[in-house]
Amino acid sequence: MNILVCISKAPDTTSKIAFTNGNTQFDENGVQYIVNPYDEWYALVRALELKEAQGGNVTIITVGTTADDAVIRKALAIGADDAVRIDAPASDAYFVAMQIAEYAKGKGFDLILTGKETIDYNGSQVAGMLAEALELPYIAIATKLDVAGSTISCEREIVGGMQEVEVQAPAVISCAKGMAEQRIPNMRGIMAARTKPLNVVAPAALDALTTYSTYSMPAAKSSVQLIDPNNLDELVALLHNEAKVI
Amino acid sequence: MNLVYINSANGLSKAALETVTYAKKLGADVAVVTNANAAAEQLATLGAYGASVVLQDANIDGQDPSQLVKLVAAAAAKVGASNIIFSHDLIGKAVAPRLSVRLKAGLVAGAVALPEADGSTKVNVFSGKAFGYVKVNTAVRIISLLPNSIQPEQTGGNCSTEAFDSQAGSSAISVKATKKPEGAIPLPEAELVVSAGRGLKGPENWGMVEDLAAALGAATACSRPVADIGWRPHHEHVGQTGVAIRPNLYIAAGISGAIQHLAGVNGSKVIVVINTDAEAPFFKAADYGIVGDAFEVLPRFTEAVKRFRAAQH
Ligand SMILES: Cc1cc2nc3c(=O)[nH]c(=O)nc-3n(C[C@H](O)[C@H](O)[C@H](O)COP(=O)(O)OP(=O)(O)OC[C@H]3O[C@@H](n4cnc5c(N)ncnc54)[C@H](O)[C@@H]3O)c2cc1C
Repeated sequence: MNILVCISKAPDTTSKIAFTNGNTQFDENGVQYIVNPYDEWYALVRALELKEAQGGNVTIITVGTTADDAVIRKALAIGADDAVRIDAPASDAYFVAMQIAEYAKGKGFDLILTGKETIDYNGSQVAGMLAEALELPYIAIATKLDVAGSTISCEREIVGGMQEVEVQAPAVISCAKGMAEQRIPNMRGIMAARTKPLNVVAPAALDALTTYSTYSMPAAKSSVQLIDPNNLDELVALLHNEAKVI
Repeated sequence: MNLVYINSANGLSKAALETVTYAKKLGADVAVVTNANAAAEQLATLGAYGASVVLQDANIDGQDPSQLVKLVAAAAAKVGASNIIFSHDLIGKAVAPRLSVRLKAGLVAGAVALPEADGSTKVNVFSGKAFGYVKVNTAVRIISLLPNSIQPEQTGGNCSTEAFDSQAGSSAISVKATKKPEGAIPLPEAELVVSAGRGLKGPENWGMVEDLAAALGAATACSRPVADIGWRPHHEHVGQTGVAIRPNLYIAAGISGAIQHLAGVNGSKVIVVINTDAEAPFFKAADYGIVGDAFEVLPRFTEAVKRFRAAQH
């Protein structure tokens, strides 16, 4: 089974979020990048489990610049066989998805996995776009994934519940919690990652469809109003009269 | 014309009313396209929220996004849509990106407000730690609206319903089983949420969380470690790596308020924090705080809510 796992870099979850250039750019000063947790913990680890059980190959792909090679090596250290970097800044979800689609076309991947969203732009867009561009079925936000022959079975979230579904390979699946457990790379993996193939590919000529014009920060909260733990009627009255939420 | 996609398989959800209201407020007439076989009289009530016509393809059950994308694309062509609106729920997240590629139209994913004067639309970025303003560079714009971002509004009006054969083909996804807990409120749509963390000590103590939620008519949620250890199901996990929510009221008991937890909940209108530790970081993000033991405070809170509800009647 040949599996393509799309990975993105994302700022470490403890990063201070700030913007520069008149609030038009994310301030990368002092920001540590990690592999986007959904891509790493669920998509990549589940791909590796499937490969370990059934054989095959796990390729990771990202659209980015040389600055992203560190997160690519991290994903290789966890166990991916080889990596592809489309050499262009990731300007929007459409651009990223179409670049990956261009690469994946005709390469015979049985499964294309992504995380359910990135923790920076949170769009949940790339997988669906990729599926449309490659004319493949798409199972969004899957919490379980199994493959038997050419049948892919998933559990996916639906509004207000869960559903077990099946689809024939090849397909695109976005992966969420429940599918696998995080793996910590060991020394051997880290050493091996240094020599695994990283194939840098020139981007296709494509335009983004969207741009972020500016950014802003949420208004600071005014300080907390403390309530006596023995007077919950007061809290309920405040929630009704002052906050007007009940 | 503005086009709204709604799934009417289980009747008209609040998210459906929000998206129709949003499309109306964008200006221009509103057409709605839907799959599934909801009754025409029910669909016609969308007129009150601003829809002038509903196109219904009852032959599509809504399980396969590749069918739904064909449905919405066919409706967009028919009405000449310049804005296409989805809810940013599980269906919208699956279908809107496909549509963006199919129509080569820019997508604003997870809008939290109407567009600004300069045409950009506000979305959450960095898991709710900041906002971004997205501009679409194409003539047709697709927007998926985060649930609970605007209130449904009745402006009055009438609406016709038309059968619509979108020629969307057959479904590639076969459904083996569906599990929907009876009466449970879907967390992303809930207006009131009661959430608890490791401070609750064990899954056997969640009764008091559920009691408060039941008294309020709230959904339940939890912090990540609570879902990781299996005290609560994964779909209740809120935060940066869980569900991001923006209810009117978020009550957090026994949750420290780590930055990754706050990221998923700081869009809440009002936050109440219950924690034994007066120094817990969550108090900095709270509107109302109770320094106290959740084991005592939650049952008292439930009783106070019940007294209030009884007095209202
Ligand atoms: C990459 C990454 C992603 C993450 N994503 C998420 C995420 O999406 N969501 C998330 O929640 N976390 C996330 N975390 C974990 C996060 O950092 C915290 O560890 C977690 O939120 C803590 O959960 P907690 O508040 O339930 O537990 P704790 O931090 O253990 O806090 C328990 C709290 O309960 C209080 N308490 C104890 N007893 C009582 C009592 N009887 N009554 C009242 N209060 C009491 C304590 O004072 C304490 O404040 C992430 C971490 C990382 C590294």
